[in-house]
Amino acid sequence: MTSAPHPSSHGDTLKAKVEQATGVKLNHCYQCGKCAAGCPVAQDMDLTSCQILRLVQFGDPAWDRQALSSEGIWLCLACETCSTRCPQEVEVPKVMDYLRLEAVRRDLAHPRSKDILAFHRAFMDSVRETGRLYEIGLVADYKLRSRHFLKDVMLAPRMFVRGKLPLLPHLIAGRAAIKRIFQRTLGGKP
Amino acid sequence: MRIGYYPGCSLLGSSREFDESVRALAGAIGLELVAVPDWNCCGASSAHVLDHKLSLALPARILAQAEAAGLTEVLAPCAACYNRLTSARAELAADPAASAEITSIIEMPVTGRVKVVNVLEVLDRFQDVIKDRTVAPLGRKLACYYGCLLVRPPRVVSFDRAEDPQSMDRLLKLSGAEPIDWNFKTECCGAAFSVTRTDLVARMSGKIVADAVKHGAEAIVVACPMCHSNLDMRRPEINAALGADHQLPVLFITQALGLALGLAPEALGLQRHMVPALLQPASTPV
Repeated sequence: MTSAPHPSSHGDTLKAKVEQATGVKLNHCYQCGKCAAGCPVAQDMDLTSCQILRLVQFGDPAWDRQALSSEGIWLCLACETCSTRCPQEVEVPKVMDYLRLEAVRRDLAHPRSKDILAFHRAFMDSVRETGRLYEIGLVADYKLRSRHFLKDVMLAPRMFVRGKLPLLPHLIAGRAAIKRIFQRTLGGKP
Repeated sequence: MRIGYYPGCSLLGSSREFDESVRALAGAIGLELVAVPDWNCCGASSAHVLDHKLSLALPARILAQAEAAGLTEVLAPCAACYNRLTSARAELAADPAASAEITSIIEMPVTGRVKVVNVLEVLDRFQDVIKDRTVAPLGRKLACYYGCLLVRPPRVVSFDRAEDPQSMDRLLKLSGAEPIDWNFKTECCGAAFSVTRTDLVARMSGKIVADAVKHGAEAIVVACPMCHSNLDMRRPEINAALGADHQLPVLFITQALGLALGLAPEALGLQRHMVPALLQPASTPV
């Protein structure tokens, strides 16, 4: 990365938004690389945690876009190895959570994020309706969203015979309260 | 001793044997479990990807329900639930404004009075009982696999050592097993990518299985439903990725201890595993 003058920091840069939303101070990162060194998925990332933090630190819109459109932000599993080992206690997974949402908002999400998002949405759809995760509902919803109809079709019968796949959802009594929680948080988000 | 119980969604479905073995073992050591009334999903690995407030509100409702029921401590055997509940509790305690907002979102007061504990933490209090009541010493080399969520981030969970935890090793030693020294105790198994990026899970879980085998483990012991399903249910993909045919079983800590205490394998749900868990108690300790 070539050196560049720091654009003056003001409220509407991605950096300011990340800091405001997560409480993480991005300038605390001094690029030691320990986060990426311990990251179990770093080898699959186009940009590693350390590089993503560096891009966002500058407050340059072009570099913000580069970070937001990376596949790296989608591969973070929030295993917290990075934040545990970071000498500056930078909570990288919180930053990744925010960057993913921002990437979706700006329509910059990496194409391979589609299935990952579809899974999380299908998961929460199930919770919204029943209050708990309904695994068969999750799988059906995910297949519809992702169009991967044949994925793991052989696994379901093997789970079923072992009593691991209840056919009916568990409906909690407070379902209306759960729906209101979703309305007040996720709101109109898909 | 009485304690609140939050089984979580996995324990009603794909990890049913974890619930069965927690209940069976609790009965054997004299621990009474009181379920949190009308509990909901904690949001697991998905809520925080979609919305931060949702990822706080769902665990907050669980804590509020426990509080309303007069519970002061809740056991969450699922490591993911334990982590989400503990993180939400810590964040609400540190941020009164967020706490007030979440209270209005869930329409229930949540004061943070309820403490959340994991299964190793609770079993740790029963060391003497476990030692005294071990009738079938395990006598096996076991790889204690803690994964991510029980020990990280240490600032939030404050449980055991983050890099080389010992609590499970200690419990299994008491029951006559030989915990091995190995390298992947706290590496991530791939967690929520089980369905969407099975390729990554096969590689990540593959490293864990291969290292356990390399160090002579006869089984892997876990305390997390996600770790269990990745290491057990995804074994065909793991073996394909490794070009191997590893058949070492994966047991929940409550199943391993249950066997040592002489409980029936069926009562512990051992028949539900994909990789057959024919870990019969050895007749002579190693």
